[in-house]
Amino acid sequence: MESTYMLLQHYWWFLVSLLGAILVFLMFVQGGQSLLFTIGKTEVQQKMLLNSTGRKWEFTFTTLVTFGGAFFASFPLFYSTSFGGAYWVWMLILLCFVLQAVSYEYQAKKGNLLGKKTYQIFLLLNGVLAPVLIGTAVGTFFNGAEFVVNKQQLTEALNPVISSWASPWHGLEAALVWWNVCLGLAVFFLSRVLALLYFINNINDEEVQGKSRRQLLWEAALFLAFFLTFFVRWLLQDGFAVNPETKEVFMQPYKYFTNLIEMPAVLAGLLLGVVGVLLGIAKTALCSKWRKGIWFAGAGTVLTVLALLLCAGWNNTAFYPSLADLQSSLTIENSCSSLFTLKTMSYVSILIPFVLAYVAYAWRALDLHKLSKKEVQEVQEAQHLY
Amino acid sequence: MIENIDPSLIGWSRAQFALTAIYHWLFVPLTLGLGVVQAVMETVYYKTGDEFWKKTAQFWMKLFGINFAIGVATGLILEFEFGANWSNYSWFVGDIFGAPLAVEGILAFFMEATFIAVMFFGWSKVSKGFHLASTWLTIVGATLSAFWILVANAWMQYPAGMHFNPDAVRNEMASFWEVAFSPVAINKFFHTVLSGWIIGATFVVGVASWFLLKKREAKFALASIKVSAAFGLVACALSAWTGDGSAHQVAQKQPMKLAAMEGLYEGQNGAGLVGIGILAPNKHYKDNNAPFIFRVELPKMLSFFAERDFNAYVPGIVNLIEGGYTAKDGTPALSAQEKINRGKLAIQALATYRTAESDSLKREARAALDEHFRYFGYGYIQDPADLIPPVGLTFYAFRVMVLLGGFLLLLFAVITYLSYKNRFAAKRWLQWVCLISIFLAIIAGQAGWVVAEVGRQPWAIQDILPTSAAISKLPTSSVKLTFFIFLTLFTVLLIAELKIMLSAIKKGPEISQEAKN
Repeated sequence: MESTYMLLQHYWWFLVSLLGAILVFLMFVQGGQSLLFTIGKTEVQQKMLLNSTGRKWEFTFTTLVTFGGAFFASFPLFYSTSFGGAYWVWMLILLCFVLQAVSYEYQAKKGNLLGKKTYQIFLLLNGVLAPVLIGTAVGTFFNGAEFVVNKQQLTEALNPVISSWASPWHGLEAALVWWNVCLGLAVFFLSRVLALLYFINNINDEEVQGKSRRQLLWEAALFLAFFLTFFVRWLLQDGFAVNPETKEVFMQPYKYFTNLIEMPAVLAGLLLGVVGVLLGIAKTALCSKWRKGIWFAGAGTVLTVLALLLCAGWNNTAFYPSLADLQSSLTIENSCSSLFTLKTMSYVSILIPFVLAYVAYAWRALDLHKLSKKEVQEVQEAQHLY
Repeated sequence: MIENIDPSLIGWSRAQFALTAIYHWLFVPLTLGLGVVQAVMETVYYKTGDEFWKKTAQFWMKLFGINFAIGVATGLILEFEFGANWSNYSWFVGDIFGAPLAVEGILAFFMEATFIAVMFFGWSKVSKGFHLASTWLTIVGATLSAFWILVANAWMQYPAGMHFNPDAVRNEMASFWEVAFSPVAINKFFHTVLSGWIIGATFVVGVASWFLLKKREAKFALASIKVSAAFGLVACALSAWTGDGSAHQVAQKQPMKLAAMEGLYEGQNGAGLVGIGILAPNKHYKDNNAPFIFRVELPKMLSFFAERDFNAYVPGIVNLIEGGYTAKDGTPALSAQEKINRGKLAIQALATYRTAESDSLKREARAALDEHFRYFGYGYIQDPADLIPPVGLTFYAFRVMVLLGGFLLLLFAVITYLSYKNRFAAKRWLQWVCLISIFLAIIAGQAGWVVAEVGRQPWAIQDILPTSAAISKLPTSSVKLTFFIFLTLFTVLLIAELKIMLSAIKKGPEISQEAKN
């Protein structure tokens, strides 16, 4: 019973991490938005860029919602503590996504009230802020956040709230921690790299392809600079470990590096992921006809982020450490749902491969014909176009 | 020193959630209803190959797309507000409440997101059959999504399939099937989705009538009306049936809500149903003033709808507060004060259990907690009067919903008859009524949610957790600020949506002359 519960806690941390990893890959949509005016110099080019990533925004959006729902169902104490405490960070992220949801649809429509440019600026804002903010928020998994959890508080009738935030900035203080921001910037430049690789794959236009390939080198250099800075420090930093016997949280030198060594499969996934990202970038830069970089870099992104998140929660690690009270830190054990709920949800999760299969099938069906100048110029009004 | 929760924080947190839910429910029903109508039209195109039906379906899809984007945007905010504004709630019942949301994401949202892309962009990229399947799967995904979120909402009205775990200090799921298929959940799902279908059908009928009034696109307008009028009529009839089921469930599980819906202060056998009425202002449950200035009552009907028995006893607000009447299990009903006392005992027992050092004390505390747990939420209530929801708002909202629902049933019956007799085109007054009815249907849907959510106050989860204990501890100023940010943003986006929609409607469907003939 105890071992089943532990297994399910690990399984659900894996699923949540996988969703998080897929979300980071799908943020190529945000990256595309941030590049709208960099790559798209003419109206037709901008239209091609918008219709390329615009046909995928719902996947990013849905993955975010499912990520939230899965976190709620499997680790409700994180959901209640982080969302209710780091209020402003999450609210800003949500506002960005709201602007994205309507901007694609409204920007080119007649009577859109705010004008095309405004919606495109909304997209640009979302393209910059969403990856930076999400990366910064994830940074707190390794660098800690300012909260206290006291379940006994529920018995205080006039103030029964069990989770409270110790900083009056309610999450914004995370942006003052350089290592959080460093991860945020790495995610931002990664999203731009992935977007460029997606444009190269998805748009049949020499000019867009040429510009994307040239821009790729700059974005890749900046991504690597921020990612490697974060990564080296991450390997060397003290981590938030949990004593499996006493459940006490303590600081352990080289915790995340140790996690990699003690979980060789995760280490292998990380190395494979990094190679995938580098291969996707390098081959695209070197071979002017090669257009499949997005799949290598995309799969690499998923593996790398998955490995990082697994290191945050597996191997007796506190995945949401508290700086205000170390013993309030959240672990997969103290923040998870009951055995019954995890088990029930696990039955539902059996359907995930089926979901992934039909997503892949529909994606392929739509992307089989690459986007072209002709399509965005000649498609009938009755059909959908951004 | 521990600060108490600021009462205005509760008000602003509720206001923010209500604001988001109200806006969300402006868009979602149209997605649910319009989705089915356009799928039926595309099916006709698939069967006949008639280009006219393709263009007709594409026109409604264009409006569907404009509406869909803002619907998902408000839905995203709503989901995360559970954690952001109701963090205590999210922990206390997250073990149960989170599961439907996760299933919704995995099974429904992905289906919707995947196939909507094919529906919008796949006309010239995939086969006719795959496209049609995608259109249907989009609406199946949207409806499945509605099912899971309504399961979650129904569970708040009628918490079933769970037990309290004092070690984890939360409620935990004991039966997934009891949560997912409770009678309240099933009724709520059908009633709510049907209301969405009604709004969708009214929208199509109203917009098509506008074309007739403008003497434009007559073939397109009449064909759209034929499809949606029959659809609306079926939805209205079924909605009346499920509405009756909902009222019956409310009588069984939330008697205070029923009393507020009816403005019933003193319970009685053979209670009458108030058809229309004006409530007396400033009525307090303790005074002896008449609750109504004016009312038209259907004798014994409330007893019948509530208990399926014309002479059954229906408790009023005073009875529910003061207790003493004979409950359904034959025991004397407890007063609200007694429930509050027992709730406080349950909370105290939990505190003792958590700090007890000896096993015997722990066992004793556990026994006391188990004995009184069904009143746990009452322990957070300060005054019995706090258990009464806003009577006026609940009473009038219920009547608005029912009367408008009845009107729409009649309207759809008339439109269906006239359109199938080919006499609708000549009835210009009826076309005006159809146009105006778009707003009436939306109001009816909103009123239904007001009844459901205002009527269950002060509870976040019926009898288990009041809103005052469900909250996140945040500065009130932060919630106020986000409230106004959302208010401004949603309002601007709503105006933009309406303008874009009007512009698309004015442009009309692009049906070639050949197809028109």
